[in-house]
Amino acid sequence: MSVVLRAENLARRLEGEVPVTLVDGVSLEIERGQFVAIMGPSGSGKSSLLYLLGLLDVPTSGRVWLDGEDTSRYGEDELADRRLGKLGFVFQFHFLLAEFSVLDNVTLPMRRLGRLDDAAAQARGMEVLTRLGVGDQAKKRPHQLSGGQRQRVAIARALANDPLVILADEPTGNLDSASSANVQKILRDLAHEAGKTIVAVTHDGAFASAADQRIGLVDGRINNDWRPG
Amino acid sequence: MTLRLDIALAHLTSRRRQTAVSLSGVVLGVAFFLAVSSLMRGSEKDFMKRLVDNSAHITVSDEYRAPREQPAELRWADGAIGISNVKPQTETRGIRGYRQKLEFIESLPGVRVAPVLVGSAAVVFAGRQEGITLSGVIPETLKGVSTIDDKIVEGSLDALAANPNGIVVGKGLADKFNVGLGRTVGVSTPNSAVRPMKVVGVFRTGISNYDDTQTFVLLKRAQVMLDRPNRVNRFILQLDDAYEARGVATRIERSIGYKSVSWQEASEDLVSVLMIRNIIMYSVVSAILVVASFGIYNTLSTIVMEKTRDIAIMKSMGFHARDVRVVFLLEGFIVGTIGSSLGLLIGVALMKVLSGIAIRVPGATEEIFLPVWWGAEQYLMAAAFALSSCLVAAYLPARKAGRVHPVDILRGAT
Repeated sequence: MSVVLRAENLARRLEGEVPVTLVDGVSLEIERGQFVAIMGPSGSGKSSLLYLLGLLDVPTSGRVWLDGEDTSRYGEDELADRRLGKLGFVFQFHFLLAEFSVLDNVTLPMRRLGRLDDAAAQARGMEVLTRLGVGDQAKKRPHQLSGGQRQRVAIARALANDPLVILADEPTGNLDSASSANVQKILRDLAHEAGKTIVAVTHDGAFASAADQRIGLVDGRINNDWRPG
Repeated sequence: MTLRLDIALAHLTSRRRQTAVSLSGVVLGVAFFLAVSSLMRGSEKDFMKRLVDNSAHITVSDEYRAPREQPAELRWADGAIGISNVKPQTETRGIRGYRQKLEFIESLPGVRVAPVLVGSAAVVFAGRQEGITLSGVIPETLKGVSTIDDKIVEGSLDALAANPNGIVVGKGLADKFNVGLGRTVGVSTPNSAVRPMKVVGVFRTGISNYDDTQTFVLLKRAQVMLDRPNRVNRFILQLDDAYEARGVATRIERSIGYKSVSWQEASEDLVSVLMIRNIIMYSVVSAILVVASFGIYNTLSTIVMEKTRDIAIMKSMGFHARDVRVVFLLEGFIVGTIGSSLGLLIGVALMKVLSGIAIRVPGATEEIFLPVWWGAEQYLMAAAFALSSCLVAAYLPARKAGRVHPVDILRGAT
């Protein structure tokens, strides 16, 4: 299997009166189609590592390769283009745009990318929503959906541009156990059946147990001996 | 662009009330801008038209701008002895050799000229006496340089040619003495006894002072009555292009020596006042639009504040900072465009109402309608100013939105 995401000696420090190290010398490789869980105690730098891997943040030192490309030489716009075409994000909160319908939320990244015309984007949006079991909610506004449904729509939006990697930050952190299990299954299936690479930050041991690879993070450093207490 | 437009419209419609308040600020600003501007420009244009149409474009008078140089000064310019307290020669007032000078002016292209002798006199009738301005004219040439013939309400200016003892008087004077066409009044000057003259014409200009005191007689008759044989003391000129008056006046003055005053020079103070008035007017109406733009700034700043998470999520999806800036600039543009369009419509309606209002100006004898200018320039100016204010007001929130760093927002999201 090919490596789709690689980090080399990744560090992120916040400068200030009291400098804070969020991520410290992390190196890792994630292969295509893998479901990876990043775990660790609160404040261990899990989300910060995810933002660096997702090109949302720029490392203080170290490099990230996405699909074989060294992203350290890219500017803000080029990083945004890589996020748009190759990455999808799911957050703890759905962050759907309240003024748009469910379908419009899903087609938003496709319209920005511009590979598909409006009709094709709508058709693909419906297809993804249906695959995730919320096709019948397409015309509704986000506030008319349940928490689990919103998170499935958020996953559909992350899948809109058929990304290589989906990065999820506590995707079940705000859901009840039934919805949580459902989202966990969707992500696992995306990895194992659709060949998507899933990198998820989680506190949830059950969620992590479904992953192919677990990465422990303590004080910004990889520590695979760490286990949830 | 349609995606960004959709997002911009979604933002504006999600805050309907605040958008409506911002919009109404722009609408009222543009409407008032237009109404005030059309009135000010209308009155200015009306004033200038009256100035140009009703007065001479150039008046040449029997005066010099500077004392004439003495022959001795010219001959011995570097002389050791200076000449002072020179007493000018006593001579009959008027333009010397006016026929030659008249011929020169008549030879200029696009120029019509009438020689006039103006003096003071008094009308005596039924034991009453009233001071008047007596203008000796040649009816044919006067008609070429003045609109007075159009203002005749009884008789005619040409009747002066047929009746050497005829006089044309203003309506105010005629009413004051209760005299009409064919009646005889006495006219006296400092140099002559009371001379009976027959009223052959009555004019009304609407300017009460002029209608009360101005009279016209034949030039030759005036020369006799004012004891100025073969003299005139004014050349009244009218040009095909009134706005060339300043240059033509300078040329005439340089050639014949007598003071030549263009209408622009004569009205310089008034033109300056009009210009200052316009500056004040545009500052005031622009202030309305500037205040309106603060409303837009407020609305868009609130949207940026409220939508910070949405902006962060859009940027995390792959939207560029430029996309986000364009969304907010579009919001300013939409408010500006809709506001300007509605403002122009309401402004035109206001102008229509204003143009129907009749007023009586102090000193005028008839009612006039408020002069409203309908020129296209002011619509463009109002719309352009409103639109630029909206874009400037949108720029700061747009810049702030473009600078949102998704990680800062996502980290703090709860």
